[in-house]
Amino acid sequence: MQGRTLVWTLIFVIAGVWLLLRATTGSGMGKAYVKRTDQQFVNVAEAGEAAEWIEVHTPAARAYDFQDLPRYPLEERVGWTEYDPAPPKDWAAAEKANPGQQTYVFSLWRSIGLWLAAMFTFGIFSFLYRDNPFYKISEAVVVGVSAAYWMVVAFHTTLLPNLFGKILPTWIQSWAMPGLKEERNLWYLVPLVLGVMLLWRLMPKGGWISRWPLAFFIGVFCGLRLMAYMHGDFLMQIRSAIVPLGVFGPDGFDFWESLRSVFLIGGLLVCLVYFFFSFEHKGFVGKTAKVGIWVLMITFGAGFGYTVMGRIALLAIRLEFIFDDWLWLIDPTGQRIGL
Amino acid sequence: MKRLIPLWITAIAGIVLIASYFVPYAQGLGELTSIWFDILAGFAFILGGGNLLKVHLKKVSDKVAGWGYSVILLASFLITLFVGLGKIGVHPSPDYPDNSWSGVYNEVGSPFWWLYEYAFKPLTATMFAMLAFYIASASFRAFRAKNVEAVLLLGTAFIILLGRTFAGVWLTSWLPESLSGLKIENISVYIMQVFNTAGSRAIIIGIALGIASTSLKVILGVDRSYLGSARSEP
Amino acid sequence: MNAAWAWTILVVVVGASLVVLVTRREQTYRALKDLDRRWIFLLMLLAVAIPILGELTFPEKPTGLAKAVFDEIEKLEPGDKVLMAWDYDPASEGELGPMATAFTYHCCKKGLKMYYMTIFSPVGPQMIDDSINNVLKTEFPHYEYGVDYVNLGYKPGYEGVVKVIVSDLKELYTTDHYGTSTRDIPMMKDIRNIQQMDLIVNVSAGYAGTKEWVLFATTPYPENIKMVAGTTGVMAPGMYPYIPDQLLSLLAAIKGAAEYEELVMSAYGNDDLGLKYRKGMLRMGPQLIAHVLIIILIIIANIIYFAEKRRGAA
Repeated sequence: MQGRTLVWTLIFVIAGVWLLLRATTGSGMGKAYVKRTDQQFVNVAEAGEAAEWIEVHTPAARAYDFQDLPRYPLEERVGWTEYDPAPPKDWAAAEKANPGQQTYVFSLWRSIGLWLAAMFTFGIFSFLYRDNPFYKISEAVVVGVSAAYWMVVAFHTTLLPNLFGKILPTWIQSWAMPGLKEERNLWYLVPLVLGVMLLWRLMPKGGWISRWPLAFFIGVFCGLRLMAYMHGDFLMQIRSAIVPLGVFGPDGFDFWESLRSVFLIGGLLVCLVYFFFSFEHKGFVGKTAKVGIWVLMITFGAGFGYTVMGRIALLAIRLEFIFDDWLWLIDPTGQRIGL
Repeated sequence: MKRLIPLWITAIAGIVLIASYFVPYAQGLGELTSIWFDILAGFAFILGGGNLLKVHLKKVSDKVAGWGYSVILLASFLITLFVGLGKIGVHPSPDYPDNSWSGVYNEVGSPFWWLYEYAFKPLTATMFAMLAFYIASASFRAFRAKNVEAVLLLGTAFIILLGRTFAGVWLTSWLPESLSGLKIENISVYIMQVFNTAGSRAIIIGIALGIASTSLKVILGVDRSYLGSARSEP
Repeated sequence: MNAAWAWTILVVVVGASLVVLVTRREQTYRALKDLDRRWIFLLMLLAVAIPILGELTFPEKPTGLAKAVFDEIEKLEPGDKVLMAWDYDPASEGELGPMATAFTYHCCKKGLKMYYMTIFSPVGPQMIDDSINNVLKTEFPHYEYGVDYVNLGYKPGYEGVVKVIVSDLKELYTTDHYGTSTRDIPMMKDIRNIQQMDLIVNVSAGYAGTKEWVLFATTPYPENIKMVAGTTGVMAPGMYPYIPDQLLSLLAAIKGAAEYEELVMSAYGNDDLGLKYRKGMLRMGPQLIAHVLIIILIIIANIIYFAEKRRGAA
């Protein structure tokens, strides 16, 4: 055990030293750059009229003289600075053209984020060796952040515009969504009441109240799926399965296309025989069901092959992040040319 | 009553959706019901977050083993919730610059975006990337050519694995054009378009029948398992 | 590290393994019989990492399905409306990101009107933002938001959303993702529902995704709603029965993405773009090595299994 601890300690020390050297020599690594854009908006509407905001850098602003402070006072101006992600090569080109420029700058917070993302990646991967506190911390963070993320999105994309924006449109428009233009519709009180009943599940008592919205959920779900699956997955699939067994092309009978049709229809029928348990799988039925199993095994083998392909692509993108975005060991898309 | 009203709600909601498929006059009602369903789905996310909060607060207060990780979870949760709901650090919309809350909640550069880009995204992506390792390990441990069916499965998997990469193209590149149908990449396409289609179609039809029967049982009140046990009521 | 070094390392590793296998059969048998799975994890890591570091790539020859997807978009005229349903998240971005990028680039080159939305997950809007920021704003800065493309964002409800928008889009999407009323967006003015779209381009990672679009959109309205889709490897085999009656064509997994990229870049690419729109092709390099590793692992496992059976019988 001591030997293993020593080996791991050595690995971490060497990796740490290598990271330090890489980060502090040459062009470095794990740095994020941003492009600064200053935005300033001026209200050009006359007194008493609805506000009309013009951004001073847009072509429309040329019609106005914003130096005229009595006409366009400072109180009627709003401004901020935006920081958009920029590839390192843009910073390098800007620095080369104008050393000390402030349009493309290094972003400390995003660089810290990049290193944090790398640490989280290693934290999750460390579970492959064995469970450890590093992994548990990463797991706790992902559960906490994702649960809150889903709540925030539900609030901003649905509860505000589609629920409160229908019940109290004027109020919501006044402070939350000035672009909203909806009429009041009090039918939306129904989902509000159902929603509150659903949240009652969290209360220590009266959890049965949440059965009403759950029943609504289940009813709608079943109603939607019953018709859709019968139409799309039953009737339409039977229709698509009916293909001509004898295919004739411009040169007469096409043997290979006909064989393909035979396999398609035959394969479907033998699989359906295998799924049919009202007859015992003996004799002719048993032999047919056996062929059905073979067709299903080919289907599952194909599924396995594609699943492997899918999983490896997911690993590839994480390793691309580590080697390209963080360690700067490769640059296939040319993001750091000139650095 | 506690169980009867939900049964009626399920039945009415289900029948409205089925009727909207066939009766044009019921289409508007079906649409409204679907919109209510969508809004309720938003409440379900709130419920999920609330339940998480409840469970982990209890873990911390009871000081169960590993409660420290619950503290980290709660801290991540509350910070994300605070910056997201409050649109902290989000600039106003260019159309309404005087309204500080008019910007989009996930604006690039905001703390909420930062948490997504440097915490949520790498963590979830890496969680799924681990599957590549597990599939390799599972392939080594589980796949045995014990019988004809297993050989068929493995053989098909090999053809697909090779045929969908350049390895398959290279292995059978020597075949003449008259035998191009025997090239691995063409065999893999044929397997997908014929045998996989037939098998998947049978599975889809089977599942459709199962869903139809289960949905009817639920709508008609025969299957009441979603209501939970009658004994569990307070 | 370049491709030559990557190949050298792979050949040396494989060669050394073969030498050990042949010269020390009994020890190798015992070691492999009780192999700690962490060695397999390490092998998989090397199988994917070395090709990435060596930037190993292979030529891609598009197959019928990818060509059909390409042709469906090629058939459209400038100004035609396309609903871009981006139903994926960061967990599946490895496979679907290249598809989404290529689709966006292709639609921009064709001058199509793009309506982005997502029903899969609350992080879907970030995937839409990636396409907008990495393709539209960099390669097509003259494209105007609200005129050439619009981001409708995410709505919860899965198939419930599709059920609503096939008849009334604006009832659910009262605003776009940025809070602007859909009634004020020029390209939304004449849109009542998605039956007015000339094509749906769906990139899907699971539920809710391609299947829901097929069941609730293209199947009930086969004359008015047409769709092409790109899916993950897990989903792809299950989508084949829908082709071509309910789903015009399909890009299956990262291979489909690479083939489609080849078609788009051959038709519309230029040298200045570099490998930005070739990420699918870049990720096919590690695919080959990893697939061969999986096959070797299965073969070795079966050799050990049959050897054990023979020893047990003896």
